[in-house]
Amino acid sequence: MHPDVVVMGAGIIGAACAQALHRRGLTVLVVDRHGPASGTSAAGEGNVLVSDKEPGPELELARASRRLWPALAEDAEWEEKGGLVVATTENAVAPLQKFAAFQRAAGIDACEISAEDALHHEPHLNPEITAAVHYLQDAQLNPVKATRTLLRGIPFRQAEVSTTDGRSVTTTRETISCGAVVNATGPWARNFGVNVLPRRGVVLVTTPIPGRIRHKVYDADYVGAVASGDADLQTSGVVESTQAGTVLIGSSRQRKGFDDTIESRVLKALAQRAIAMFPMLSTVPVMRAYGGFRPYAPDHLPIIGEDPRTPGLWHATGHEGAGVGLAPATGHLLADLLTGATPITDPEPFRVDRPEVMV
Amino acid sequence: MRVVVVGAGPAGMAAARTAADAGADVTLVDSEPEAGGQYLRGRARFSHDGVTHLKNTEAWMVENQTLHLRGHPPLTFDSLVIATGAYDRPLPFPGWDGPGVITAGAAQALAKQGVTLAERVIVSGSGPFLLPVATALQDLGATIVGVYEASSPTKWLREARAIAANRHKIAELASYRRVLPHLETRTAVIAKHGSRVTVAKLDGQWRPTSHRTEHADLVCVGYGFLPRTDLVPEAARTNDFLDVDERQRTSVPNVYAAGEVTGIGGADLSEAEGVVAGAAAAGRQPPPRALKAIRNGRLFAAALDRAHAVQPGWQTWLNDDTTVCRCEEVRRKDLGRATTMRELKLTSRVAMGRCQGRICARNAADLTGVPFDGQRRVIAIPIPLGELAELPEEQQ
Repeated sequence: MHPDVVVMGAGIIGAACAQALHRRGLTVLVVDRHGPASGTSAAGEGNVLVSDKEPGPELELARASRRLWPALAEDAEWEEKGGLVVATTENAVAPLQKFAAFQRAAGIDACEISAEDALHHEPHLNPEITAAVHYLQDAQLNPVKATRTLLRGIPFRQAEVSTTDGRSVTTTRETISCGAVVNATGPWARNFGVNVLPRRGVVLVTTPIPGRIRHKVYDADYVGAVASGDADLQTSGVVESTQAGTVLIGSSRQRKGFDDTIESRVLKALAQRAIAMFPMLSTVPVMRAYGGFRPYAPDHLPIIGEDPRTPGLWHATGHEGAGVGLAPATGHLLADLLTGATPITDPEPFRVDRPEVMV
Repeated sequence: MRVVVVGAGPAGMAAARTAADAGADVTLVDSEPEAGGQYLRGRARFSHDGVTHLKNTEAWMVENQTLHLRGHPPLTFDSLVIATGAYDRPLPFPGWDGPGVITAGAAQALAKQGVTLAERVIVSGSGPFLLPVATALQDLGATIVGVYEASSPTKWLREARAIAANRHKIAELASYRRVLPHLETRTAVIAKHGSRVTVAKLDGQWRPTSHRTEHADLVCVGYGFLPRTDLVPEAARTNDFLDVDERQRTSVPNVYAAGEVTGIGGADLSEAEGVVAGAAAAGRQPPPRALKAIRNGRLFAAALDRAHAVQPGWQTWLNDDTTVCRCEEVRRKDLGRATTMRELKLTSRVAMGRCQGRICARNAADLTGVPFDGQRRVIAIPIPLGELAELPEEQQ
């Protein structure tokens, strides 16, 4: 078998790249050491967000993805639930409103609403909130189902890739010749030459309480935590339900390599922040906690393009915690660049030869 | 030397006593109001110098040298002994999720509390545990319709060495003589609708070869056991039971394991393992007698495992609409294809419910061919968010 393209990594980004290339008529083979969505993609909440992104190239990529997702995610619990960002202190009001105004100027549906209206949207919200912004475009899906939907009809092989030279990949079992290779290995992308680091995150899952929490609701300080590059533990309150009625509680960010132990101080901080937003959660049992590794690029921008050092090797990684939200446009852009089509969005900010990214 | 023992069954009590006798400062943590575990449920009358017994206390996470507890400040330890035992594995069949079907372990636990369950009772499963369950139910006045053992007794003929080293185990059979006449081998309950119970004769692979109808109010099922290993999710294991060395050390530093978390072999093996783990946890040489009892006991445990291993033919008892996961109401046909447990769970929601996959995860893995990943629960039991929020600040 000599596919046109081998995609390394069967997470949401690898699946989106494979799907976009397959649609252009290329033959594609996806390889992954485990299986579809077995790493980062299954460790998140499946968010498709515009609300947490400041105007700039990442927001443009997010908006392009948001337009593409509904047609791709119909079998993946797609839900246009909307996001609600709340300030919990007086000091947080002005920065939240300024951020929302900036986003509105860039064309995002960011409606400032009163605390009363916020309580109307989310009856169990802490009435002490000081400000709220409603984002109509925020959505959610089931990331494992979405990955499998994207991979439909595309050959998959379970194998671990040891090396690639851009024209072939060598796995533990064989060498596969091909026309090009896509590195979509997420937080493990550093093995193939780009500076991507794992940034740990932990999610708590409660027993089902269907219908009690309707939107993705998060504390306004979340945006600051996402943008930070600090290695130390950072937590922010992020609360939402799944279609099964369970509530997912995040978020934490920590850089400590691939250490996957779960720390009680992280659980404590997440619980405190969730209860601060929804006091009724205090009596709701947590059934599970799980962690994952976000693929973190030091300059907080995805890496999408051909590696100038290794012709034929393309990268699609570094999406940190936004991979689900950015996946379809990433795949589209990669396929545009690889086939010489007009790019869906400006590729320049995502190029591989950024000083922070080349290693 | 601070030694913490989790679980007050035969293994945990032995570990606590041995460690205390060796001079360690011992805390025995157990979720029940009285010591004894599943085996001696509340009848152990445990009390020992040097052992603090924390009753009604659930442990939910081990973090470095600290054990987190519900409703009690965390305990720090130099050595930890995991003696949390095992729970029984039901196999699904049409109707198992309806009324009148419980696990054999649940039946025995209720029987030990003196609760009468029903009039006509069937016990169906595999392994010697079925006999004491049936005996306990009969003692409470239940009519035993049948005790159905899915495996073939001839398998034990190949285990002469294990039997010779454990003659006392065979003697135990005598105490179950009143239910032995009801024992039918190569037989299982494969469906229940109301009080109509379909009982099948099985081939060596547990595929039905013929069936008949019996009437029973209650069916108790138990096809072996799964270990309660949640406190050490990262510990090395084989077929989900914790791996231990000759001193009962797990792969996690300073953590020992004893009893049925390491394999199923009965209370005497558990107790011997507890003695060795308790001695080693307190920094002493384990007594040779206990080491010898473990060697013999493990011969028996391995034989038991071979003779009563679950055979794949049980999968033919289900139809497409049979429930596999009761919490999330996942039917067999909902399972679909997957390559990992996580993928299977997130696409079908099997094992994602309140029981944290204890009842169904192993069965779902077998039904789909997905490798069973040995349920790595970071939070061992459901715990209210408010309790997590009020965890004490870290000790420095």
